[in-house]
Amino acid sequence: MTQFLQQLSNGVVLGATYGLIALGYTMVYGIIQLINFAHGDIFMLGAFGGLLVYNHMPTGMQDHILIALPICLIVGIIWSVAAAVIMERFAYRPLRNAPRLAPLITAIGVSAIIEEGVRLKYPGAKKPLPFPSLLPDGFFTVGGVRITWASVSVVAVAIALMIALQAFVLRSRTGRAMRATAQDPDTAQLMGVDTNRVIVTTFALGAVLAAVAGVLQGARLGTVRFDDGFTAGLKAFTAAVLGGIGNITGCVAGGFIIGIVEVMATQYLPHGSGYKDLWAFVVLILVLVFKPNGLFGEEVAARA
Amino acid sequence: MRHRNLVRVAMPVVVGAIVIAGCGSNKSSGGTSGGGAHTVIIGMSAPLTGPLSALGLGMKNSVDLAVKQANAAGTVKGWTIKFQPEDDQADANVGGQVAARLSSISNLVGIVGTLNSSVAQQEQKAYNDQNIVMISPANTGVELTQGPDYASGNKTRPYASYFRVSTTDAIQGPFAAKYLYTSGVHKVATVNDQKTYGAGLTAQFEKEFKKEGGQVTSHQTINPGDKDFSGVISKIKPTNPGAVYYGGEYPEAGPLSKQMKASGLDVPLMGGDGIYDPTFIQLAGAKSNGDLATSVGAPTAALASAKKFVQDYKAAGYKEDFSAYGAYSYDAANVIIQAMATALSGKTSIDAAARQAIVAAVGQTDMEGVTGHVSFDKYGDTTNRVLTVYKVTSGAWAPVKTDTF
Repeated sequence: MTQFLQQLSNGVVLGATYGLIALGYTMVYGIIQLINFAHGDIFMLGAFGGLLVYNHMPTGMQDHILIALPICLIVGIIWSVAAAVIMERFAYRPLRNAPRLAPLITAIGVSAIIEEGVRLKYPGAKKPLPFPSLLPDGFFTVGGVRITWASVSVVAVAIALMIALQAFVLRSRTGRAMRATAQDPDTAQLMGVDTNRVIVTTFALGAVLAAVAGVLQGARLGTVRFDDGFTAGLKAFTAAVLGGIGNITGCVAGGFIIGIVEVMATQYLPHGSGYKDLWAFVVLILVLVFKPNGLFGEEVAARA
Repeated sequence: MRHRNLVRVAMPVVVGAIVIAGCGSNKSSGGTSGGGAHTVIIGMSAPLTGPLSALGLGMKNSVDLAVKQANAAGTVKGWTIKFQPEDDQADANVGGQVAARLSSISNLVGIVGTLNSSVAQQEQKAYNDQNIVMISPANTGVELTQGPDYASGNKTRPYASYFRVSTTDAIQGPFAAKYLYTSGVHKVATVNDQKTYGAGLTAQFEKEFKKEGGQVTSHQTINPGDKDFSGVISKIKPTNPGAVYYGGEYPEAGPLSKQMKASGLDVPLMGGDGIYDPTFIQLAGAKSNGDLATSVGAPTAALASAKKFVQDYKAAGYKEDFSAYGAYSYDAANVIIQAMATALSGKTSIDAAARQAIVAAVGQTDMEGVTGHVSFDKYGDTTNRVLTVYKVTSGAWAPVKTDTF
């Protein structure tokens, strides 16, 4: 039982990261039905942005995580948002009315550009880079389950952001505009919604969440790599589809499910640790067979 | 917004991802100039980009050095040697493309490479079909020379043109097992990355460790590219191992060691030559002190025979360090150059007979290299079975024991 709970806590932490990234997929899909395949790389960029500013801080500042972490987060967010806005403006907007395949292939191209750009231009990024431990040290034990403060902070930040996003989408003016654009962009525009602005905002919001996930994951796991975006993106995309792409609640749930399935496979299935990705996809397929729109796919109201 | 059919959306994504994964090759070639009338090419397949490029670039520079020196000295009379390194990205599929490209070059006679056993497995046949000699400075997977059934004692050499100057996992794994057991660790957990190298090394380690009387408490696998090892670590931890043996390379081993210590599994991580790299320590952080690695041969810096190599390498001004396999790559290149000197003298073109003569000459190699004496047994394996255990001590790898097995 202790073992189960220990693994559950590992899965929740992993799932929180997946969920944060998945939100970017799901929001963009909700608005313009584009699977933004470059979103995983926005996540990676966030981590690299945070790392860059950390490496340029004076040593005294690096040691104070309460100063260093927020700065890393802010710079990571700036990097990610800038990249997301540029990519929306120059890669996706010209293709807004093109057949759906065109922006999708473009997204894959953008992903390759970001990945290779980081690999070639970021100092030392050809090798995996060490990431500073910017999260609180230490741990506590509940009923034999060891939980690090780093994990607690990751999950706390992730859940706070998820709640904030939900509130933003449901209560704010811009959130309402997002929902209107999602339902029918043409009508929304006729009603005075600046759909271009709404779409950029959506990309930027997704990038903020991805950047935070990137910096937190870097700090928790201690390493970043130029190709991190690919696997993380694929997992997050799976989480978004699992929950019902376009649906914010479903996407968060999907993230946690994928994370938990992975660690439980490691613990309880033979050769589980090597095949954990396989089990994550098996769960996805099973869900899609019985609920083709994903777990929360039919619930229309909360969609953004 | 209506929900479109998910399959319609997902298919191009999947297809696209496959296309992306399959594409992309970075060409780079370090040409050299010399005085011979005819040109002969030595190729290389190694990861020149990507997470393992630190090792690959050290290999590339070292072969480049050997080729430049041979051209300057006119070692192969009448011929100028050109060096053509290709990037295999440590990926078996990319390696297959590299092999197809290199093996079709008519005046190419030898290959130094690969770094990864799994990549070599994909390339061996293409070169062997063309009688191109391939010498790896780093492959340790046993089946590359002794066939897939070596473990049951049924050793057959699959490819006559494949040699290596590194020793194998059949030696390296047991060497590590013996060292750990005699140093007082009687319970270990193992983790491997399921690649040819990692899985083979771990299997050989476990076999010897059990034979010594030790207990393998847990046997886990991960995927190359994984970063979050919390699940595996939580599974291993209750079995109370005295050490974790990792079969794989440093991009995963570094974070694994770091996360082990953060999760309270505060025991040394030990691995093979794949983790013996300064990047491992950077990634594993301050708590990696005490982690162990074996590597083939004796430490390059400590070898009297390698002094000149180290000096020449520095003098040549390469940007990257020669890394773990530089000295071995240099030796491998020189073995090919020596063989060319015998087989190509008086010849003006490369044909199948010339290539066969080079393969035969490599098999007869008997020279003093910078890593020690170089010669091959009937499987193409090196007869130089020296290994060294390294330990992370105050943030750097320090040799603790050099021995033959």
